[in-house]
Amino acid sequence: MSEVFIVVGAGHCAGQVAASLRQQGFEGELVIIGEEPYIPYQRPPLSKKFLTGELSIERVYLRPMKFYQDNKIELLLGNRVVALHPQQRRIALADGSERRYDKLLLATGSNPKRLHVAGADLPGICYLRTIADVQRIRPYLVGGKNLVVIGGGYIGLEVSAAGVQCGMHVTLLEVADRILNRVTAPPMSDFFTQLHRDCGVDVRCNARVLRFEGRDRVRGVICDGARLDADLVVIGIGILPNIELAQSAGLPCSDGIVVDEYCQTADAHIFAAGDCSNHPNPLLQRRLRLESVQNAVEQGKVAAANLCGKREPYAEIPWFWSDQYDVKLQIVGIAEGYDQVVQRGRMQDHAFSLFYLRKGALIAVDAVNSPREYMACRKLIPQRPRIGPERLANTTIAMHDMV
Amino acid sequence: MARVTFIQSDGRQQTIEIENGYSVMQGATANQIAGIKAECGGSCSCSTCHCYVDPTWYDRLPWAEDDEAGLLEYAWEPKRTSRLTCQLIVTDELDGLVLYVPEQQV
Repeated sequence: MSEVFIVVGAGHCAGQVAASLRQQGFEGELVIIGEEPYIPYQRPPLSKKFLTGELSIERVYLRPMKFYQDNKIELLLGNRVVALHPQQRRIALADGSERRYDKLLLATGSNPKRLHVAGADLPGICYLRTIADVQRIRPYLVGGKNLVVIGGGYIGLEVSAAGVQCGMHVTLLEVADRILNRVTAPPMSDFFTQLHRDCGVDVRCNARVLRFEGRDRVRGVICDGARLDADLVVIGIGILPNIELAQSAGLPCSDGIVVDEYCQTADAHIFAAGDCSNHPNPLLQRRLRLESVQNAVEQGKVAAANLCGKREPYAEIPWFWSDQYDVKLQIVGIAEGYDQVVQRGRMQDHAFSLFYLRKGALIAVDAVNSPREYMACRKLIPQRPRIGPERLANTTIAMHDMV
Repeated sequence: MARVTFIQSDGRQQTIEIENGYSVMQGATANQIAGIKAECGGSCSCSTCHCYVDPTWYDRLPWAEDDEAGLLEYAWEPKRTSRLTCQLIVTDELDGLVLYVPEQQV
């Protein structure tokens, strides 16, 4: 009897794992189970070109339906795994059916943190994570109407940009004293605040939302000291890993499903990858959980190799990107524990980078419209090079010649 | 719709059909073309969908924007004819395009 591999989840990571398993030569039964009714798709466009309608749904699919047919990948969509029994290597589905597996990959992803204040369930108050969320938001994206975005992270900023593009009056509320405060240094927060203000967004920090107003739909947002008219509210205040299934099966979880460097959980037959996994990173010498496409794809590839019996460790320096208006922000490394920030290029040119140093070693970069700085750092940062701050800041020295 | 041919460094050839509006990279990943890793999914943030364009085709393509040009400088062994396939959007004019897949991606 042929081996059965089951992938729980049908997001970016799941799609990658399935493709990589077939590339690795796995010929057994391969099943993807997803709650959403869609084949694996890319989430980044949901807060960008898919939100504004510039991209069709077919363009956000990772691969077309034909790919899954050609590669004999069974898709159980609009279904859900309700129980996982590691002892019997068996799962139970919401439709009442059961499946046995030889190996299981949990790519259950994450879901938005909810804002628990009065009126939070009024129509017109939305989160942004799925195609269904976009379909809920789109009818409200109407020029001249009021959009209130809650949360000054990447989702909030990208939705603000999309709102401006649709001709809406946009207010962005951030509870901390600056936007992007978890992920970047103050000068970068200042740059993005100014960018959004210049584009017409009313950016307000230290703004805690107290409640929403409205009868049949949201009409207003009450925050400390102010009332804002609102026809649409989009909340982007972070995401939480989907660990319930793993937890109920007795698998260790701690800010995600705990795996080793081989993407393996405490059960030798169960692996986890993507947003839901808490994994060790030997290059950063710590455990972490990442919410990024790179992690979904790269950890997915490593998981697929290990599902096939290889012993391949996952060790990558994280990278991310965000598109807002004409600005592409590209990030390498994790900017934490730094003691020095060096700027290269001028903010007013909308092309500059911030380098983060720890005890003289380069650990991260935020590059704004600076692909060369970004790509050079993809190569440099794993080596933790020591480059003098004056040298890094000197734009007459090409990034190629830095070390 | 365009037929696009990928030639691997060992000489293996594959011709696929890609519909208008899709990127050449999307066509390649849908058909499991070896060597097109496309780690960032097409947002011009990684350079791992890099190919060498056949010289007879190179000048017929729209020019690379600066974000693509910057990434290409750091791609695996870039040449004058290097392009990121995620930035090549298929039109009828691209029918017959020939691309050489590099030996490696970064």
